[in-house]
Amino acid sequence: MVENRPVRDFLAHAVLIAGVILVAFPLWVTFVASTLTFEQIVAVPMPLWPGDHFLDNYRQVLTAGSEKGSSAPVSTMLVNSLIMALSIAIGKITISILSAFAIVYFRFPGRSFFFWSVFVTLMLPVEVRIIPTFKVAADLGILDSHVGLAMPLIASATATFLFRQFFMTIPDELAEAARMDGAGPIRFFIDVVLPLSKTHMAALFVILFIYGWNQYLWPLLITTSESMYTVVIGIKRMIAGGDASNEWHLIMATAMLALLPPALVVILMQKWFVKGLVETEK
Amino acid sequence: MTRKSLLAAFLAAAFATTAQAQTEIQWWHSMGGALGDKVNDLANKFNASQSAYKVVPSYKGSYPESMTAAIAAYRAGNAPHILQVFEVGTATMMAGKGAVVPVYKLMKDADEPFDPKAYIGPVSGYYSDSQGNMLSFPFNSSTVVFYINHDAYKKAGLDPAKPPKTWKEFNAAAEKLKAAGQQCVYTTGWPSWMHIENFSAWHNVPIGTKENGMAGMDTVFQVNSPLHVRHVAMLGDMAKKGLLTYAGRRNQAEAKFASGECAMLTSSTGAQANIRRTAKFGWSVNMIPYHDDVKGAPQNSIIGGASLWVMGGKTNNAYKGVARFFAFLSKPEVQMDWHVSTGYVPITKAAYDLTRKSGFYDKNPGADIAIKQLMNKPPTANSKGLRFGNFVQGREVIEEEMEAVIMGKKEAKPAMDEAVRRGNEILRKFQAANKG
Amino acid sequence: MEKRVIFRSAWLPYVLLLPQITITVMFFFWPAAQAVYYSFQLQDAFGMSSQFVWFENYLTLFRDSHYLSSFRVTAFFSVLVATSGILISLVLATMADSVVRGALAYKTFLIWPYAVAPAVAGVLWAFIFAPSIGIVTYFLKKFGIDWNWIINSEQAMLLVVVASVWKQISYNFLFFLAGLQSIPKSLLEAAAIDGAGPFRRFWTIVFPLLSPTTFFLLVMNIIYSFFDTFGVIDATTEGGPGDATKILVYKVYYDGVKAADLGGSSAQSVILMAIVITLTVIQFRYIERRVQY
Repeated sequence: MVENRPVRDFLAHAVLIAGVILVAFPLWVTFVASTLTFEQIVAVPMPLWPGDHFLDNYRQVLTAGSEKGSSAPVSTMLVNSLIMALSIAIGKITISILSAFAIVYFRFPGRSFFFWSVFVTLMLPVEVRIIPTFKVAADLGILDSHVGLAMPLIASATATFLFRQFFMTIPDELAEAARMDGAGPIRFFIDVVLPLSKTHMAALFVILFIYGWNQYLWPLLITTSESMYTVVIGIKRMIAGGDASNEWHLIMATAMLALLPPALVVILMQKWFVKGLVETEK
Repeated sequence: MTRKSLLAAFLAAAFATTAQAQTEIQWWHSMGGALGDKVNDLANKFNASQSAYKVVPSYKGSYPESMTAAIAAYRAGNAPHILQVFEVGTATMMAGKGAVVPVYKLMKDADEPFDPKAYIGPVSGYYSDSQGNMLSFPFNSSTVVFYINHDAYKKAGLDPAKPPKTWKEFNAAAEKLKAAGQQCVYTTGWPSWMHIENFSAWHNVPIGTKENGMAGMDTVFQVNSPLHVRHVAMLGDMAKKGLLTYAGRRNQAEAKFASGECAMLTSSTGAQANIRRTAKFGWSVNMIPYHDDVKGAPQNSIIGGASLWVMGGKTNNAYKGVARFFAFLSKPEVQMDWHVSTGYVPITKAAYDLTRKSGFYDKNPGADIAIKQLMNKPPTANSKGLRFGNFVQGREVIEEEMEAVIMGKKEAKPAMDEAVRRGNEILRKFQAANKG
Repeated sequence: MEKRVIFRSAWLPYVLLLPQITITVMFFFWPAAQAVYYSFQLQDAFGMSSQFVWFENYLTLFRDSHYLSSFRVTAFFSVLVATSGILISLVLATMADSVVRGALAYKTFLIWPYAVAPAVAGVLWAFIFAPSIGIVTYFLKKFGIDWNWIINSEQAMLLVVVASVWKQISYNFLFFLAGLQSIPKSLLEAAAIDGAGPFRRFWTIVFPLLSPTTFFLLVMNIIYSFFDTFGVIDATTEGGPGDATKILVYKVYYDGVKAADLGGSSAQSVILMAIVITLTVIQFRYIERRVQY
């Protein structure tokens, strides 16, 4: 190429570094605040270098929650979040792969009707039908339970589509061969389809785990006992009064605990994450 | 033993234990932190005092959150026995006929002693129907008071021993504080509760028709009266001059006072605990200012806080337990303990007398300002309380319009007219939804 | 597209579909139908009495200037979130695509905010912008800017936009990066030899080729700002001050849950559903078209 490569490179790096710093700044402040005492944070301006209350603050929130608001320990909340995220991810993948398999590999009356009824669900985010959904959960008696946290969020059109799209690309020869060996659909599904879908399942898992972990409105509504709070809800419950009276050191420690697990999943499983994100949404 | 008899023995044992088991009474509340500990303490004391019932308190988040949760739980058929509801939810609870059991009836059915007259006027008035029957059990009550920072006063050449009594004096003091370099002169918590609801009671003017909604659901707001408009305009003016620093609709302002940032504060009596803990300056609690050209002012202030509602659809046995628990809570020594350790106002005359005799007010000057303010004069139709449907929304509407004035976006008159118009729409909707 | 090879069974496909269909009916269709039904009703908080009021709830909504202003707020908010998010990510992705060294590291450090829950993102930004203790507030004060989003509606809007965009940058970034990487390098080199500078090349080649991605992201960002930002708003401004940040979905929640106005809230849900359906149809048509390329 003809133009001045070093200058362009320098510019690109400068912009990217600025971007990285901007993106990381809130995280840094959060981390620092989670290692300070309440008095240090309220004494404006708060220091921008970590203090020595890291262990105290994290021990406090993990074992005893906040002092002024909810006193539920954050460790329980983390377990709840984990259960919710895992059940949503695994549940969605399971029911989607089954229904995609049915739609692709069978002809049966009502096939396109079922296909479209799943598709329509794309259009109804949980937020718009929140109150009636709450009522259904109440009627089923699953308020304030792990089942209630996860089940209504398990149905997913996107995962079904992804699997459908993928199954279309599996060579027909494989199914042909399986049939010639006398294998039925279930054998074929277990021996051929499942192993081939592993990458897609992994990619979806990352996306759905994050989706589940970060749920807010639904758990906010259906959890009323502290033992059922997820960590995202726990943070909201700790923010009680005005900005100088909140126990920011504890809130920020909880925030760190709330964002670390999904962030680690994204960073450590980056390859699957990118694949999952770009493919599920297209 | 045959299998059958084994089973019979097992069943018998199972029944025996259920028969002996205590009846659990669920109590949902919104008292976080130290207040929550005190609530648990109350329940434990009651549970230790008898063996038939066990009160189980659980913290369900903020007032609107626990109320929402309980309404939803009631619809789903698993509401708690006792629900702590904040004062603005009173009309909604009261309208839920069948969903709640009125306290006077509960106590009568259970033959537990209960005297509404034991409560101070603004408390019993707030929670009674028009026939004077108490519908809910008063629990934690507060009111607005006026805090001043003595150090800032002295710096501005003002005498902290002579706090402003009227809004005129208040403005003069504010100007002096400003001139002395005070960045934040005055701030307020709970804008509608302080500057509209308590303001109206304090000046003996109505917030709405039909005795502030207590005498009927067909009430309309009257917060656009010349006096209201004048007061809101004054607030807008103060904001423009930099004398008022707005801090939000809840108690955010309290922290600004406690940190020494603001020199004057009007907010809940409940702020005292926090201020006592963090303030590094001299301060005092005073009565809220009034406009001295209004006849009859000051009248008395009204309460905030919450009361305990009994939810419907439970067993008689459980209701007996609830009644017994309420009788326990009514004891003057329990009341005094709650008042002294939490900073809420004493709600029975007996508890007030007991506390006074104990010398608590001598040791804690200012701790009785709130009750003195509440009992300043016997309450009138304008000052015994208020009961507006969906007042959670109504209060927001008033606050939105007040904010518009404080931000300088609207004039006071059109803003309060709009508050009345929008507020009345909410009232009509509530009325329509609850006529069936 | 159809498979040539299929299996035959009268019952197996239904069994396979059963879990998905059950949950879909229970938690999608039934609640959606209920929302429509409730939207014609007037109920008290406890559900003790209810009346059928036809379109009363809808009429009330459209007479309410504050509902209409919620539309304006939502439109303003989503346009801000979508355009600023897309622009920033496009710049970052273009830069990341052009650097040789450190590309992976940059990518890693730019994508993690995707993992942060909107509510947590809101709390983070509310903290650093907190009116009396925020660290950014402190620096702004040094520049003579009095930052207080509790009372200033423009600043409140800015706060929720910043928090929402921050969380969405990683998403946009990844899509743009994938789009950029799929552009043949030979095309750009040919243009360079013809003497086109970097900006010309970007506008005449890269940008047009990215337009499908951009359009897709526009729709996704609008949907994001319509719904997923609920957590951001609830954790920061709660719709205030006034109703400066009360977007449609927040109003549905507020009226239905906090104010116990089931009918009014359901009517709003139905209107929102109509909007989402329109958006999805637009997006779907667009996907259809692209498949034919």
